[in-house]
Amino acid sequence: MHTYVLGRLLIAVPSLLIASLIVFTLPRLIPGDVVQLMLVEKAYGKDLEDLRAKLGLDRPIPVQYVDWIGRIARGDLGESLWTRQPVLGELARRMPVTLTLGFMATAVAILIGVPIGILSAVRQDGIFDFLARSAAILGLSIPGFVQAIVVILLPAIWWGWTPLVRFTNLAQNPLAHFLQFVLPAIILGIASAAAIMRLTRGMLLEVLRQDYVRTALAKGLRERVVILKHSLKNAIIPVVTVLGLQVAQIAGGSVIIETIFGLPGMGQFLVEAIVQRDYPVIQGINLLIVVMIVATNLLVDLFYAVIDPRIRY
Amino acid sequence: MANSVQTIPVSETSPRSLRLPGALSLTFRFCRRKPLGAVGAVIVVSLIVMAAFADRIAPYSYDDSVPGARMKPPNAQFWMGTDNLARDIWSRVVYGARISVTIGFATVALATILAAAIGVSSAYLGGAYDIVIQRIVDAWMSFPALVIVLSLLAALGPGLLNLILALSILGAAGASRVIRGATLSTMQSPYVEAARALGAGHVRVILRHLLPNVTATIIILATIGLGTVILAESALSFLGFGVPPPYPSWGGMLSGSGRSFMYHAPWMALWPSVAISLAVFGFNMLGDALRDVLDPRLRGGGGRPGS
Repeated sequence: MHTYVLGRLLIAVPSLLIASLIVFTLPRLIPGDVVQLMLVEKAYGKDLEDLRAKLGLDRPIPVQYVDWIGRIARGDLGESLWTRQPVLGELARRMPVTLTLGFMATAVAILIGVPIGILSAVRQDGIFDFLARSAAILGLSIPGFVQAIVVILLPAIWWGWTPLVRFTNLAQNPLAHFLQFVLPAIILGIASAAAIMRLTRGMLLEVLRQDYVRTALAKGLRERVVILKHSLKNAIIPVVTVLGLQVAQIAGGSVIIETIFGLPGMGQFLVEAIVQRDYPVIQGINLLIVVMIVATNLLVDLFYAVIDPRIRY
Repeated sequence: MANSVQTIPVSETSPRSLRLPGALSLTFRFCRRKPLGAVGAVIVVSLIVMAAFADRIAPYSYDDSVPGARMKPPNAQFWMGTDNLARDIWSRVVYGARISVTIGFATVALATILAAAIGVSSAYLGGAYDIVIQRIVDAWMSFPALVIVLSLLAALGPGLLNLILALSILGAAGASRVIRGATLSTMQSPYVEAARALGAGHVRVILRHLLPNVTATIIILATIGLGTVILAESALSFLGFGVPPPYPSWGGMLSGSGRSFMYHAPWMALWPSVAISLAVFGFNMLGDALRDVLDPRLRGGGGRPGS
């Protein structure tokens, strides 16, 4: 197990390095005149050369990359061009918001997706199955921001009630703090729930046709035991893989949902940074998100061993 | 001798299935077997017609202000209502289809060519090339879609071409992985080995033997990709990184004025939402149905515990 974890970590290193290269290269696709624009608009440096030197753009690209990686290793993500605050500090403030939203959305995805998927497979082609599959198709087709608009709009039309846009901190009012995440988390999780439901159903249907399931039923085990114990364990492995992929999906979706619901998380920060072309911030957020997703994939791989004893390391 | 031979009952085959199916009967069979897919196809076709003949279908131009018709609810003249600048929303939705369809098809075409080139070459050449390319694809895929497109747009700057470029680079990575897989399994086929044994060159093997056999996979990916791209485009427009106004894109109609005025004029937010959802639904359903019909390996089947 230890050697496996080590090996798996070693495989993650090149992925991270290439990802860091992408993060590093993206802002360098900027046409040169943007530096000039920044000079004029923000009076950031004395002249073009000074600003280039300040941004570190006057040195050879490989030197810039090594330098950048070195600073990241020391925990320095640079400072925002706009507020001149360290990027790391701002990210640390905003990360809990996005993580709370992400965890709650993932919980929604699992708690809705898996049970409905099971029921749908067991009652295949029944009325429940039909309704569940139709709902899943709707959940996948209606974009999160449309759902969000509808959820905000309908109560406003019917009861004249509009959600507060002010963000409540955990310290101010813990209950209100978590309650304000409920609606965004449900909307963010619904698309993933639909994907997970469809996959759970499909995998379970395949497993239910296996010989050992027939054997288990034939020897008189209750259907509940056969489905939850014998079948689900074997059907859930691809679902875990997809759940890992959905984490990336949810991280992407949080950008829009945070913007609509006024949650001060990393997604909202990214949109602000992109509007202002604040490259150190964009780089910092991208890097953090990639690290989180690579870590999730690692966890997913390790989780396989827990749920499937055939996978040994 | 005649007596000793047992007659074997021939399985019933309707004479119809023996005939060569024409395009019409194929369409009919598709509709009967995949009703949702057929609904999807109808939506997709109407979308394309709307996009192609927007100037004939729309009663007004997308930026025509009708004097005295500001924020009118849906009525006989403006049957989706008008917006805060007194523009007919139905006309803007119709022109919006043009944006969605243009970006959708251009992006998917570009992404598919990229993905096929990367996927097939990676599978065919293998070795160090495959390993390096796949690690890059890994890294690329580990970014959330929206985040990478937003960052690309921040670097490239806004505009229709950059939008298409950013979205297609994004779509190509995931699709190339699937195409690589399909190519790898096709390469195991005896006919590929036979072609090689007959002395066919690399180009010939790839173009004549591998590509035609992964075409079904590519078509399915492209159809589903269209839905994804339309969704991504509307999300980007919603955040304000899409096609610049006054040109109407559904996401943009929903975000800026649609959101500010939605309490007073809910129809401004409603119709673009319906348009986006219907379009994504249509492409998804068509893609699903095509996958079931074209790729038997992915086809789901019946079966219940104990049956």
